[in-house]
Amino acid sequence: MKLDEIREEVSNWLDANWSADRSLIAWRNILLEGGWAAPDWPEDCFGRGYDAEQTAVVSEVFAEKGAVGAAQVGPRRLAAETILVHGSDDQKKRYLPPILTGEHAWCQLFSEPGSGSDLAGASTKAELLDGQWMINGQKVWNTSAHHADFGILVARTDWDLPKHQGLSYFLINMRQPGVEARPLKQMNGHASFNEVFMTDAIVPAEDLMGGEGNGWAIATTTLSIERQGFARGRTPTVSRESKDGIIYQELAVELEIANEPYTWYPQREGRVDLVLPRAKETGAIKDPSVRQEIARLMCLSSGAKLAAASAVAQRKSGSNEVIPAGSIGKLGASVIARQAAHVHTMISGSEAMLSGPESAEEGMIAETLISVPAISIAGGTDEIQRNIISERVLGMPKEQRSDTGPFRDIKRNVT
Amino acid sequence: MQIVYTEEQEQLREVVSRFLQAKSTAVDVRRLMASSEGYDPAVWEQLCGEVGLAGTHIPEEYGGVGFGPVELGIVSEEMGRHLYCGPFFASSVMAGYALLNGATETHKTAILPGIASGDQIATLVLDNLNNPEKVGAALKANEKHVVSGVAPIVIDAHIADVLIVAASTAEGLGLYLVKADAAGLTITPQEALDPTRKLSRVSFNEVSAERIGGLTEALLNRTWDEICSVLAHEMIGGAQYLFESTLEYTKVRVQFGRPIGSFQALKHRCADLLMELEFAKAAIHHAAFCLAAGDGEPYVASMAKAMASDTYMEAARAGVQLRGGIGFTWEEDTHLWFKRAKSSEVFMGSAHMHRERMMTMIETTSSHDKGEQP
Repeated sequence: MKLDEIREEVSNWLDANWSADRSLIAWRNILLEGGWAAPDWPEDCFGRGYDAEQTAVVSEVFAEKGAVGAAQVGPRRLAAETILVHGSDDQKKRYLPPILTGEHAWCQLFSEPGSGSDLAGASTKAELLDGQWMINGQKVWNTSAHHADFGILVARTDWDLPKHQGLSYFLINMRQPGVEARPLKQMNGHASFNEVFMTDAIVPAEDLMGGEGNGWAIATTTLSIERQGFARGRTPTVSRESKDGIIYQELAVELEIANEPYTWYPQREGRVDLVLPRAKETGAIKDPSVRQEIARLMCLSSGAKLAAASAVAQRKSGSNEVIPAGSIGKLGASVIARQAAHVHTMISGSEAMLSGPESAEEGMIAETLISVPAISIAGGTDEIQRNIISERVLGMPKEQRSDTGPFRDIKRNVT
Repeated sequence: MQIVYTEEQEQLREVVSRFLQAKSTAVDVRRLMASSEGYDPAVWEQLCGEVGLAGTHIPEEYGGVGFGPVELGIVSEEMGRHLYCGPFFASSVMAGYALLNGATETHKTAILPGIASGDQIATLVLDNLNNPEKVGAALKANEKHVVSGVAPIVIDAHIADVLIVAASTAEGLGLYLVKADAAGLTITPQEALDPTRKLSRVSFNEVSAERIGGLTEALLNRTWDEICSVLAHEMIGGAQYLFESTLEYTKVRVQFGRPIGSFQALKHRCADLLMELEFAKAAIHHAAFCLAAGDGEPYVASMAKAMASDTYMEAARAGVQLRGGIGFTWEEDTHLWFKRAKSSEVFMGSAHMHRERMMTMIETTSSHDKGEQP
């Protein structure tokens, strides 16, 4: 379908249906009916099978008209895209619409206290008892779990198989007595994540996704969606300050809750944007050693941006030179954040001893200095990224393993 | 602005790469670095004639091919990869750019065709290779175009037919032509840390020269930028070769019953190096794209050279270290690139100088453009 035809169709449809005076959920149900909630999804699955370019046109028209799109912030996106790939027809029908309308929030239940980088070493236990799965174990680093209605869960269903083969993937109801989410306070004072304790929690047999023992393969799908980020086009959420209407107020609340865990994320990236203004304002820009460090930061930051842009352009032009932009970019972000924190420290001098709203940049510098350590851990540590780069990109020989054979015989953390 | 190379540009790389693979092997490099000329005239002739490289960036009206900084970068990257020994950098790049920026039309027409065809070997005489701000302190010319002073380091002066000399005058930096056999000119070959790039000390004892133009501060800086962009390409080509050869070595060398490339200590170092290389390469190519478009941030060339200096040395250190003892031997080839890396690190300004130069440019440009962030 041509882009201008799409533009016209979505434009006409919005003219006929869009109103800011409906409730958020009511509107999104209309959106879902109309097939505009997820135009990039397949036609038999609430979408229209549009490619990225076509979807972008839809987003543009929504933005022009100030129309609200499907719910998309937070981990619900990971759940939705994974169910889309691996879910049964029944699971898609039951779970996808309320994700798009925003009625259901989701969380991700993968990491455990005993298995962080080694995700496949999960030891949360799932046992089939009387036709339903009984779950026992603890998960950690679960963003928004305290608001979530459902979770995507990786748990062990077979302890006699090698570790990757004994895992299964579940869709678990978080609103049940056996599930408890507790906030986990971080070193920077925020509590963006939770620990989730599952004690005899129940998952109905039909909510094991993709077959018993296939949990690792499906988790890999989720992780790759996570790495791609939430950057892909979708009917957009309009900006907060826009216009009157009941729907915008409801949307603002939804966004506030969903975005709350992420308020410090710019700080964990080092606030490169504040370096030059701070250096000028404080006069530190006259210090030759500060100048050297700022220039180093700029080299890194420009190099990373240019390398990423060139990787995108090469993929588009169909070049066969593969640039492993993902892991390299992730590693680069860590190096950049650390260098930025280093420069901010140099610029602030003893002022870096202060924190809170009275301190530099309303506390943002202090928050940066104690948030940057997260970036080289979250989403796969730097060390894991280096393993990925060296083994999968550079083709260096794999580390010798000591975790083969039945999972129950493998050395693991005592919990 | 360009982000990736065009198909034609990739083809140019192929052509240059194939030529140098055949004509600039490690055996050739070793033979030439031991010779006093330091280059093979027959190969130079082929490179200029059949392949037409000496005039890559020189406009067609002056007998060149008429390409720009991007193609020149591609050619130089391949030369750096293969450690090509010859007067390309001195003659085409350094003297060529100085003439294009500073010579009068008459002198461009007279001198550039010889350089573009490779019939004439030229070199650019700068009395300071550290910092453009310091050029002209040692070499002076009077109103009768008599040049005096010493340039302690000039590349390929020993084989040059003509010297393009930047000397200060009462009215700023002048550009002069001096023939290699001029009276009062003494070219003394120096022992070079990197024997693949021959260096001489050039002294002028009241040498009568021909005034061919001049370089304002802006033009000198532009010439410096253009040369640095090309040098950075040459360096990243060498760095990539070192990285690839070192990586191969870690896959085949066995210790403790396994390839040493299976140890995380080495894997992580290689992963970090790949990242540094990818970032530097992107910034260096960007510099050429900007120079070609006459657009972009003013500091791109300094950024490119700063990153090239650090990255080439990082690759060179890893090249020796990851090979262990064999990497420190004369017999193994790694030291050839190590020495080029070390010498290039400080040639046309160290990373330190270029970072300072970046900051000066940012301060002078961003005062009226506060939104610009690193």
